[in-house]
Amino acid sequence: MNFIPNSTEQRQAMLERIGVKDMGELFSDVPSNIKLQRTLDIPEGLSEQEVVRHMHELAAKNVNLQEYTSFLGAGAYEHYIPSFVNQLLLRSEFYTAYTPYQPEISQGTLTAIYEFQSMVCELTGMDVANASMYDGATALAEAGLMACDITRRDQVIVSQTIHPEYREVIRTYLYGRDVEVLEIPYANGVTDLTTLAKLISDKTAAVLIQIPNFFGALEDGNKLGELAHAAGALLAVAVNPVSLGLVQPPAAYGADIVAGEGQPFGNPINFGGPFLGFLACKEKYMRRMPGRIVGATHDRNGKPAFVLTLQAREQHIRREKATSNICSNEALCGLAFTMHLSALGKHGIGKLARLNLHKAHYAASQISKLPGFELAFTTPYFNEFVIKTAVEPAKINAKLLEAKILGGLDLGRFFPELTKHILFCVTETKSKADIDRLVATLEAIK
Amino acid sequence: MKQAEATIFDLSAPGRIGMELPVVDVPEVDLTELIPAAMLRQAAPELPEVGEVDIVRHYTRLSTLNHGVDNGFYPLGSCTMKYNPKVNEDTARLPGFAASHPYQPEELTQGSLELMYSLERYLAEITGMDKVTLQPAAGAHGEMTGIMIVKAYHAKQGDQRRHKVIVPDSAHGTNPATAALCGYDIVQVKSNERGGVDIAALREAVDDETAALMLTNPNTLGLFDENIVEIADIVHKAGGLVYYDGANANAIMGITRPGDMGFDVVHLNLHKTFATPHGGGGPGSGPVGVKDFLAPFLPRPTVEQNAAGQFYLDFARPDSIGKVRSFYGNFAVVVKAYTYIRSIGAAGLKAVSENAVLNANYLMAILKEHYYLPYERFCKHEFVITPKNFKGQGVHTLDIAKRLMDFGYHPPTIYFPLIVEEAMMIEPTESESRETLDEFAQALISIAAEIRENPQVVIEAPHTTVVSRLDEAAAARKPNVHWRKSS
Amino acid sequence: MMTPTNLKYTKEHEWVKIDGNKVTIGITDHAQHALGDVVFVELPNVGDTLEEGKPFGVVESVKAVSDVYAPVSGKVITINEALLDTPETVNQAPYEAGWMVEVELSDLTQLNDLIDAAAYEAFLKEEE
Repeated sequence: MNFIPNSTEQRQAMLERIGVKDMGELFSDVPSNIKLQRTLDIPEGLSEQEVVRHMHELAAKNVNLQEYTSFLGAGAYEHYIPSFVNQLLLRSEFYTAYTPYQPEISQGTLTAIYEFQSMVCELTGMDVANASMYDGATALAEAGLMACDITRRDQVIVSQTIHPEYREVIRTYLYGRDVEVLEIPYANGVTDLTTLAKLISDKTAAVLIQIPNFFGALEDGNKLGELAHAAGALLAVAVNPVSLGLVQPPAAYGADIVAGEGQPFGNPINFGGPFLGFLACKEKYMRRMPGRIVGATHDRNGKPAFVLTLQAREQHIRREKATSNICSNEALCGLAFTMHLSALGKHGIGKLARLNLHKAHYAASQISKLPGFELAFTTPYFNEFVIKTAVEPAKINAKLLEAKILGGLDLGRFFPELTKHILFCVTETKSKADIDRLVATLEAIK
Repeated sequence: MKQAEATIFDLSAPGRIGMELPVVDVPEVDLTELIPAAMLRQAAPELPEVGEVDIVRHYTRLSTLNHGVDNGFYPLGSCTMKYNPKVNEDTARLPGFAASHPYQPEELTQGSLELMYSLERYLAEITGMDKVTLQPAAGAHGEMTGIMIVKAYHAKQGDQRRHKVIVPDSAHGTNPATAALCGYDIVQVKSNERGGVDIAALREAVDDETAALMLTNPNTLGLFDENIVEIADIVHKAGGLVYYDGANANAIMGITRPGDMGFDVVHLNLHKTFATPHGGGGPGSGPVGVKDFLAPFLPRPTVEQNAAGQFYLDFARPDSIGKVRSFYGNFAVVVKAYTYIRSIGAAGLKAVSENAVLNANYLMAILKEHYYLPYERFCKHEFVITPKNFKGQGVHTLDIAKRLMDFGYHPPTIYFPLIVEEAMMIEPTESESRETLDEFAQALISIAAEIRENPQVVIEAPHTTVVSRLDEAAAARKPNVHWRKSS
Repeated sequence: MMTPTNLKYTKEHEWVKIDGNKVTIGITDHAQHALGDVVFVELPNVGDTLEEGKPFGVVESVKAVSDVYAPVSGKVITINEALLDTPETVNQAPYEAGWMVEVELSDLTQLNDLIDAAAYEAFLKEEE
């Protein structure tokens, strides 16, 4: 099935209209020594029915979170998404449209992006948000670059409590511009402020942190903000938007740039993507922001409408002087985020955050009562927490799998000093019975 | 004419909620025992308070204010707005894919790893490359990945002099922006009278400080550069690498391959060539393919298969540029592209490119009798025309683009490439029928008549859309980018 | 297109009004016309030092961005703060209310490199 509508006769007639005898003539400008003389080594096409069967077979080789009870988080979160979100995402006027460069026939996408930006601003307390970045990691990396541009400095300080994959993305992005990246260690699950105070200087463009951090712990935003600003550096924070139903918005502790992973709202885990990064900042940095931004305006008749604005920052106009090279973003994921947040609304988001908080704390308290399991840190946390174990995490997770439970993340994977530590995540998708079953299964492990 | 739609915030009414949450079934502890009061949010965020039906109607109405490929012809040059097969939406949503966690044990994600491994092989075969990564989330992200690989390669060679990246004047804006993001200086080379790279200018520009040349072939004029082998050779002889921007790969599948033309690194856009939807701006996916000598520099992890046939993720890659995104890329997009390739197969891929080129040449053959065609030669998957023949009528390309909306079409890409004044870049893709092409051509011919007889109707277009032309200057001067509760 | 004869010009389309060792700098009518609707102007801070030939500010329109190059070296003594709020003044009155910065010259001989109105107009013709 190749989705080509023209018949052989039509193609022949078209060739005649062009004035060539065959298809080959249209490719006469491709030198013969680089023409592929064989068929591509790719399987022959299948009917839709056959493809669907094949895809079911492939998918069946994975286990999925509908069959297994998962306590994995670590940057990819399972939340309940209302049914209408997926059905509206399948409105093909949304998903088959391109970037809304022609506003007269793109008011649907433009309005939704304006709503998305507004929700990100309301959650974070920032003045401006863009239309999305690729994911939380690249959003934070771009925040680092943006800070270097604003402060005209070329060093960023990164806390080791930031998601290890985010840190790796930051290093890749900043390597390009020869920006120095310093890492600061953690103490009791949060950024070590003493080391930060020693390392920060008038060379530092930004301090990058994550709240809640990779361990689920809540960093002291106020102290971090004070330290950064005292050195003339910016504070850039990555946040989990669900936590902002409960935890103070980054604006409250003086964050200058806020990045984050929007996947928890409206987007399935999808084996890690597509996700959506969001990026927001104070108004004075608006013109230093990468990515698309939608603004309100009016048409010739004074009718209100939305349009892509401040485009002179972007690559299609400013080329090598653009604030970033980003072009495609994650607009459709942003639409899902916006619809899910609309359903939760002003008060639902707080309820959701509290559900996550209480369930995670219940699970932590039950697990840490078991012999051989204890909470690793005493700092406050949101919906993830670290448990120090007497038994190897691999052995624990293998036992849990037998009970169709996906255990938490073995932290030894990223932190050599944290072997025998597991990062658990508990969201509203887990009932008390699920948690009790996890605890009972753990209890049986010797 | 359609009615404009207010924002979701304007529909808010206190006390309304769009989804009910389960009751707390675990013991509730006083909040401040769990989180210090100073860290708690003081006031609820001003999110809309709306019911489910409000949300559903609002976004349904918004959708009707959009034009997508499913609404009608979308000849947006260099964007390859082809039909997005519906089965792909279903397969990507299978729970085995959509409801799987990236940190699940590898033995429990064998289906996903197999799919990635196979798609990487297919894309390597299509491009003539040796190894592919699916991690980049978009075309520009792929460019960044590719140029970072170039940078890491030169650094590994101990070659620190190479600070220049060469781009033709017809290049996409992302090319120079990417090179700058990777810390390179940009050198622009001009095009020759046939629309290709000016060989003399290229020889002049290339030296031992050249890190890479970034090129699209066919280029943004839709023209295949016949000198491509020589071009690659010039850059290679100076020690530079050659980068292929795969934005226009829809023209060449099964016909010629970047790897055979002499390119060392390529990126593809799954959301263009491989029929995954553009989503109103994203998500896309921008896989990068490289020749063997660059494979050590690919982002971590790569997907590998062991002797026992098991698939695994290989993180132990010391020369890797690192990660460019969390986890493994836009996986659901990858599932859609895989479904597409398995649907159309090897013969289908070649048929796609042949028909894309046939459709473009057919449309060009009709339209060149009514508009100015700056390069009179066969095009590939797209071509550029301009209204130069109507000079003095006061009508610009922008006006023609807006007038096309009244005929039910999305306009072509306009004012790009920059080297052609008043450019209209038209890419019909293979998924359009001859009838659609004829109707579109007829619309442009009618507009040509209007330009001669009644230019005002074109200059004031569009007339049938929900809003008329917008005041972009007002939007940029006093930006209102965030809804605020009126107090 | 207006080209006042009491001003000096550069080939980067800036104008310079000389008053002893102080100069006022802006962009020409031709430049504002080429840019289109100006939406944003970025200026240096008072006290900043400009270096001849180096960009000191940015003028942004809906579809383009242009650096503004210093025609002379010197210290910024005043900036036109009104432009930050009403950038469209650059379109409306490029040679008067649309001025950008006032600079105290560090090297008076640099003024010799500037061209007069007739030479600037001839240059514009040549560029067409």
